Amino acid sequence: MSGMATRAADLLTLTPQGLYCPGGDFHVDPTRPVPRALITHGHSDHARSGHGHVMATAETLGIMAVRYGADFAGATQTAELGEVVRIGEVTVTFVPAGHVLGSAQIVIEHGKCRLVVSGDYKRGRDPTCLPYRPIPCDVFITEATFGLPVFRHPDARAETDKLIESARLFPERAHIVGAYALGKAQRVMALLREAGYDRPIYLHGAMERLTAFYKDHGVALGETPRVAPDDRAKLAGEIVICPPSAIQDLWARKFPDPVTAFASGWMRVRARARQKGVELPLVISDHCDWDDLCRSILETGAEEVWVTHGQEDALVHWCLSRGIRARPLHMLGYGDEEAEGQAGEAAAGAPDPDGAAADPAAADVAA
Amino acid sequence: MNRFAHLIDRIGYEPRRNAKIRLMADYFRHTPDPERGFALAALTGALSFRHAKPNLIRGLMAERSDPALFGLSWDYVGDLSETVALMWRAPDPELPAPRAEPDGGAPQNPGADARPHASGADGPAPGIGHNNPPPDGEPIAPEGPCPHVPALSEVVEGLATAGKSELPRLVATWLDALDETGRWALLKLITSELRIGVSARLAKTAVASLGDIATDEVEHVWHGLEPPYRELFAWVEGKGPRPEGVNPAPFRPPMLAHPVEDEDFAKLDPALFGAEWKWDGIRLQAVAGRDPEGRLVRRIYSRTGEDVSKAFPDLVEALDFEAALDGELLIVREGRVQSFNVLQQRLNRKAVTPKMIAEYPAHLRCYDILAEGGEDLRHLPFADRRIRLESLIGRIGAPGIDLSPTVPFGSWEELAEARRDPAGAGAGPDADAIEGCMLKRLDSPYLPGRPKGPWWKWKREPFLVDAVMMYAQRGHGKRSSFYSDYTFGVWRESAGGPELVPVGKAYSGFTDQELLKLDRFVRNNTVNRFGPVREVGYGPDKGLVLEVAFEGLQRSGRHKSGVAMRFPRINRIRWDKPAGEADRLEILERILKKGETGQHPLGGAPAGGGA
Ligand SMILES: [Zn+2]
Repeated sequence: MSGMATRAADLLTLTPQGLYCPGGDFHVDPTRPVPRALITHGHSDHARSGHGHVMATAETLGIMAVRYGADFAGATQTAELGEVVRIGEVTVTFVPAGHVLGSAQIVIEHGKCRLVVSGDYKRGRDPTCLPYRPIPCDVFITEATFGLPVFRHPDARAETDKLIESARLFPERAHIVGAYALGKAQRVMALLREAGYDRPIYLHGAMERLTAFYKDHGVALGETPRVAPDDRAKLAGEIVICPPSAIQDLWARKFPDPVTAFASGWMRVRARARQKGVELPLVISDHCDWDDLCRSILETGAEEVWVTHGQEDALVHWCLSRGIRARPLHMLGYGDEEAEGQAGEAAAGAPDPDGAAADPAAADVAA
Repeated sequence: MNRFAHLIDRIGYEPRRNAKIRLMADYFRHTPDPERGFALAALTGALSFRHAKPNLIRGLMAERSDPALFGLSWDYVGDLSETVALMWRAPDPELPAPRAEPDGGAPQNPGADARPHASGADGPAPGIGHNNPPPDGEPIAPEGPCPHVPALSEVVEGLATAGKSELPRLVATWLDALDETGRWALLKLITSELRIGVSARLAKTAVASLGDIATDEVEHVWHGLEPPYRELFAWVEGKGPRPEGVNPAPFRPPMLAHPVEDEDFAKLDPALFGAEWKWDGIRLQAVAGRDPEGRLVRRIYSRTGEDVSKAFPDLVEALDFEAALDGELLIVREGRVQSFNVLQQRLNRKAVTPKMIAEYPAHLRCYDILAEGGEDLRHLPFADRRIRLESLIGRIGAPGIDLSPTVPFGSWEELAEARRDPAGAGAGPDADAIEGCMLKRLDSPYLPGRPKGPWWKWKREPFLVDAVMMYAQRGHGKRSSFYSDYTFGVWRESAGGPELVPVGKAYSGFTDQELLKLDRFVRNNTVNRFGPVREVGYGPDKGLVLEVAFEGLQRSGRHKSGVAMRFPRINRIRWDKPAGEADRLEILERILKKGETGQHPLGGAPAGGGA
């Protein structure tokens, strides 16, 4: 190991709670309560409640308050994008990650060593959040949810066009779109609006508060009424957005001859789509596909790459084959905002990644 | 090709039979000849290509990809054609061509020029990814000028005429030109793996729906037609005469039974029903009839209408009559029906040799007659058809064709007794090949499909055993990306203490939700990989207990445990049960012993086996 790598390994270590920076005495996206946490974005596998002190972007703090209540942490500190902040012996900087509203990479520097914890990030266009920015660094820490060369996300607009086309083709049927409540749902709505779709987009009760939060932050999503239980039978030809767990639920069957759609990067693999009983798979992901993971690594110029979770083997192999040192961290507890949603259920004991109304049956009553 | 690719892609996601028919009919209506004819051939399984085999596809991919990445991808996706369709990229499938950084390169100081966090509505500069429309209209894909997208007919013709050495280059050219769905369809087509839940019958139904023609009429003219079926389409669309060469031995869709539940018996009058053994074989339809020249045409169909005559020349030869018979394929040696395992050995062999025919003679045990000498008998009550059937079988007098006997009974209790002990109720040694009873209303006509009420199947209670998962393998079809086939074992004493010995393999019985959990268990507990097989962790205090249901046991020299299970399936997943408390091999040996004396040791107490 070179001197730089040794220093990087001292700068950030792996603990049972997650990545820990001894020089600043803080964790990044810890999976268990810690005294001081820096949080990349609001998905529940990264942003958990119960920490002593949380530093995150204003949007991420807002999203956590929506999900967990205003007292989700002992104290909070707003991270301004691009502002270099000293914490103990290190400095940290939050930089846009392009994943969901408020999502950020966290740059940690000490002396000449710069390390980037990218959190979840993507390069695909998203009208609902700031784009990812590549940051040159010595060590790049990346996820690999779609870290196999079979994952190449198509243009997201072509996917929402498929949805609009299907709604036009089957005016007698309702289109029920499963989408994660934070980020994916709003991105799908924004893309539909961009394409000129101007009908109301109906929302499952579980999507409402986060969608209102996006609107409050200036994301134009048009008319998004909540589905009233009695109105379901009348929504032929309309587009309805709900949590992935609800698409196979009794709730969805009350719509006229529903077409089951699901917006997720997993829809690229046919077996995964069929397994879930999806009839209209929409390959829309808020994560990097294979090409973008590889490109991002090259653009950072990092000499070393740590892969937190996902398809670590393939990405590590690719790095090594290009002379970039790489190692898998095999971190548990991440990646569930897609994986669990795909399973149609919340991880046992973990907070529901889709936010409010985890229980579709409860949502059915409340909606 | 692209239209056809999108058709089969959509059908693959469509569970509704009627919607599948509508999608196919819509495609046939809007696609010209000969393209639609080759599509029909592909859908009915009438195409096969000599040289285009999975090896060729693996070879092409090996030339263009890193073998480790290909291996990991294949392992993840499970399906070879889909993996290649997704990975394929010309000229470098791993890495996008280097692109100019459009936003002026990366900032040196992350703090200095990060833009203020504007709201999304203000339209932040689009991120530039390969999956976005190019900002200035430059081509994204490095393929260069638009390659020619082949038509399905071109593909079929190319595959038929290209020599073995030309084929790889030809297929590669097509793959370069097609989109992901097109590549997937092409690869499925050339490897004859177009499994999209469409039977030959369903495709013919879609053709029939183009005009006001019954599917049976299409079956009648199908014989003698060749792809691309121009005269067939012309006829159903009212633009041409009915094709010559009416099929003298057409397939007729079979009548299927519903499983009977205990509570159903209260509503069923035993006097209105006849009973037969339910044979543990393969349902077939044997049809023979004379063509206009007076020659006897003999065919054997699977229950989905596939012509499987080639696989059973011994049986085809015995079809010396003019009728359509519904029955069960069994292997009979010296007058004794063999178990399903024996039948399986014949079905597993690709080539039909005289030796195999002598060793595994095919036998048709008949239970219904659908037509005789050009007369359709399906409207007759079952009791009348049975008389016609008995009389015909008596006249044929062929050793390979006989009658499935009726099981006499006066009450449901009596029938339950016979079902519990078929050997004692007249089946004798054939009891090994019996998996329960069939109940048929004596007045029921022969109705295609699965009408509820006239026919019931009453399967024997399964045996149950608690076993421990040892290995897992990926499944097929829609399960190809999941570890869905599980090898499980039970405990036995060895010199080094208790050890698990594999006793069977199961790939059904769980829900889709349970499959996701099982798949995750396998991925999180893998201790060894052997190609597509993963070994999971197991031992007295770790491992997953599976309650396995099965129909019977046989001694087997091929298995380490000395036993082989019939129809094993996962009855329950015992997430709660410690592996050390799973069952021991002795319980299987007891079942085997009692099974050999014709008794079902667990009788009507299915919950008792594994507790
Ligand atoms: Zn996320």
